[in-house]
Amino acid sequence: MNMIVTTASPATPNGTTRPQVRIVIVGHVDHGKSTLVGRLLHETGSLPEGKLEMLKAVSARRGMPFEWSFLLDALQTERDQGITIDTTQIRFRTNSRDIVLIDAPGHAEFLRNMITGASQADGAVLIIDALEGVRDQTRRHGYLLHLLGVKQVAIVVNKMDRVDFSAERFKAISDEISAHLNGLGVTPTAIVPISARDGDGVAEHTDRIGWYQGPTVVEALDRLQPARPLEALALRLPVQAIYKFDDRRIVAGRIESGSLVAGDEIVIMPAGKIAKIKTVESWPDTPVAGRQGAGRSVGITLDRELFIERGDIIAHAATAPRETRRLRVRIFWLHDKPLAKGDQLLVRCGPKESRATVVAIEKAVDPGELESRENKAIGRNHVGEIDISLSNPIATDPYTDNPRTGRLVIEVSGRIAGGGLVLSVDAGQRAVPIDIVPVESALRLDERSARYRHNGAVVWLTGLPASGKSTLAKALERRLFTNGGSPILLDGDTLRAGLNSDLGFSAADRSENIRRLAEVATHLARNGHIAIVAAVSPAREDRATARRIADTAFREIHVATPAEICEARDPKGHYKKARAGALASFTGIGDDYERPEAAELVIDTSARTVADAADEIELMLKKTGVLFDEVVDLAANI
Amino acid sequence: MDHLDQLEAQSIYIFREAFARLKKIALLWSLGKDSNVMIWLARKAFFGRLPFPALHVDTGKKFPEMYRFRDHYGKEWDLDLRVEPCPPIDAVDPTLPPAARSAARKTEGLKMALGKYGFDGLIAGIRRDEEATRAKERVFSPRGLEGNWDVRDQPPEFWDHFNASPPQGAHLRIHPILHWTEADIWAYTKRENIPIIPLYLAKDGKRYRSLGDRDITNPVASTASTIDEILIELEQTKVPERAGRALDHETEDAFERLRVAGYL
Repeated sequence: MNMIVTTASPATPNGTTRPQVRIVIVGHVDHGKSTLVGRLLHETGSLPEGKLEMLKAVSARRGMPFEWSFLLDALQTERDQGITIDTTQIRFRTNSRDIVLIDAPGHAEFLRNMITGASQADGAVLIIDALEGVRDQTRRHGYLLHLLGVKQVAIVVNKMDRVDFSAERFKAISDEISAHLNGLGVTPTAIVPISARDGDGVAEHTDRIGWYQGPTVVEALDRLQPARPLEALALRLPVQAIYKFDDRRIVAGRIESGSLVAGDEIVIMPAGKIAKIKTVESWPDTPVAGRQGAGRSVGITLDRELFIERGDIIAHAATAPRETRRLRVRIFWLHDKPLAKGDQLLVRCGPKESRATVVAIEKAVDPGELESRENKAIGRNHVGEIDISLSNPIATDPYTDNPRTGRLVIEVSGRIAGGGLVLSVDAGQRAVPIDIVPVESALRLDERSARYRHNGAVVWLTGLPASGKSTLAKALERRLFTNGGSPILLDGDTLRAGLNSDLGFSAADRSENIRRLAEVATHLARNGHIAIVAAVSPAREDRATARRIADTAFREIHVATPAEICEARDPKGHYKKARAGALASFTGIGDDYERPEAAELVIDTSARTVADAADEIELMLKKTGVLFDEVVDLAANI
Repeated sequence: MDHLDQLEAQSIYIFREAFARLKKIALLWSLGKDSNVMIWLARKAFFGRLPFPALHVDTGKKFPEMYRFRDHYGKEWDLDLRVEPCPPIDAVDPTLPPAARSAARKTEGLKMALGKYGFDGLIAGIRRDEEATRAKERVFSPRGLEGNWDVRDQPPEFWDHFNASPPQGAHLRIHPILHWTEADIWAYTKRENIPIIPLYLAKDGKRYRSLGDRDITNPVASTASTIDEILIELEQTKVPERAGRALDHETEDAFERLRVAGYL
């Protein structure tokens, strides 16, 4: 069945454009949203021919009185349940505006639909039943509008016919809702008494509300302002993709704010690399001359080949966004399972995605009651403020600086579970991003190696839990130190207590844990130390990453103690717990350990002493050019 | 940026998101005004090419002008065109009214094509203003394993963040022109000089506002023989766009039943 006729297209043949304003209508269930929308369509002459007659006929067939709300509740299921299920977009015109009306459902179950609708709105109409007054839902919707950044809110007090058009009742409700909204920093643009069913106050003043001098609903809508242009803000071009369809390497994305033009010097965040815009590409005509502003989906080429990936942000160097791994966010939560400290999430900030951990919950509020709860968790349909730690750095802005880039969504199991506004980004960032040039050490490598009598290296011990990695690592550390070297032990678990405290044990987090271990170890190796890493590192791919990072300094040792012996040792009791099912993602009792194929050394600790094994490692380090030795006397070791 | 520029930029953004986040997508090309605009927008998004197949699920009952258009522009636009057939009418739910049953063949054909290629995303040119159930759609709309649409459990979608992880074996419908209106489509077609099928322009006092199968599509009374005249007509008309589509009017819920089952 057909709903809407489109009269409103600003792109009229004669070229006139009228401001378009997107409006959401919210409020408590049954306070009359759908009825008001039906009325507005009728009063503004926006209904298709025969629509009204058809609906009246349908009502008659069903033996029900005609309801204005039927216009919207086109779906069978909705008429059966008597509640609006989802956001519907409808267009009509007032004197000077094209209005896109987003009808959002008021049933608590469907809050996510309301948020979906309201997040796209420039303004809102909050509807209140004159008899019932301000309810939880009313307050919650008001709060969410504020949270979503909808600043223009017109209040409609509906069903005045049920309170005999009482001016006193109207004033009482006006005062209550105004106080609530003022507390959120929102000033209503109008408060209109109406009867949507009978039409009073919708498009016309009637005698029954003769005591009211303000605008009708249509007039109130006519005064709403379209969204402000974002051109004036700093340039933000989040990268959606890099295309190499032909000989061009095009960086594609939508300018969220600011503007750019060929020749601009830009910085790519969070890496901080600098480049110039060579061309702005388009189709069918390319390249495009002239400045491109906020809202445009563009493609640019750069004057140099830099590593860029989806999620990076292109900005002007002087006004670049901050790079951060810590965010304070005000969120609304839509997921069934409450959000708690320690939860692992996926955060999306524009096209950028990053795994994240909730490190603190500062506030948790039920917007219906508006009192802060115990700060343990944020329940479904509640809001709160949280601190999150990200597993890789992102570039973002506080939403007060940039409403487009300063917001993010949270995903749980591949589905959007909440959204929020960035309140602040971690301090202590580079104020002005520059090309990263690592500061060279004051010492030359040969100075260090002359003292330590070895080159830098990453000695990577991999193997099942309890295979003897840490024991061996400590023995090796002692041995090297005794000989005047500079060994440094990096144990996987040690780093997890500090540097890697934001990581869990999912496959992705384990990979990141290994990556960071490798980076730290490599840094030490490049400065002449021998970094001894003891980590299960079960995934071949992760060890390959470590090898790639450490490059020629990498020496892999597979501590290949048989699994049954490892389990029999079980010094930390992990095997026992895992067998009892109390330790998820524990490596060892499945076949999830991927044996190295080409380790520099394989050692089975079940068949030899620790000193013996340390000897063997030392020999390998000599043979492979890490330890300086007068002459490696092979015969002595036979 | 004018209104059309804004619509265009938004659609391009959606195309690029779909291409970046899904593994194997295709564009549903129905040969009508909307999907032609859609192809044009995709070529804008990807600098002149369509980097994924254009899928025409062919009921075999389109107008000859439509087939001619397909064959000509499929080549000219260098599309990776996949024409897929639909099953015979008796393979379709016999409880549907006749026109809806005829349209449901397309749903079945679509399912067969999905099974054949294993797409995880299908780009479709539906618009919110066409029809009430379409008004409730998401831009990225998950479909169940049977291709069905659960209108009561749609994921939240806001701030241009889309749910792009369909469950294993299910797929997503992506709607890059959901926010466009009929008038927008024509104004943009004119501005960009996008080719159209002549059936949309009035001849002998009639024109098609919406093109479907020959047997279930009727023309409307009109004298609009140019796009400019169509735009003026749309300014004034109160007749809904799909008035000529029989399947929308057979029973109150026929269209919704079709969509829940996976129709576009």
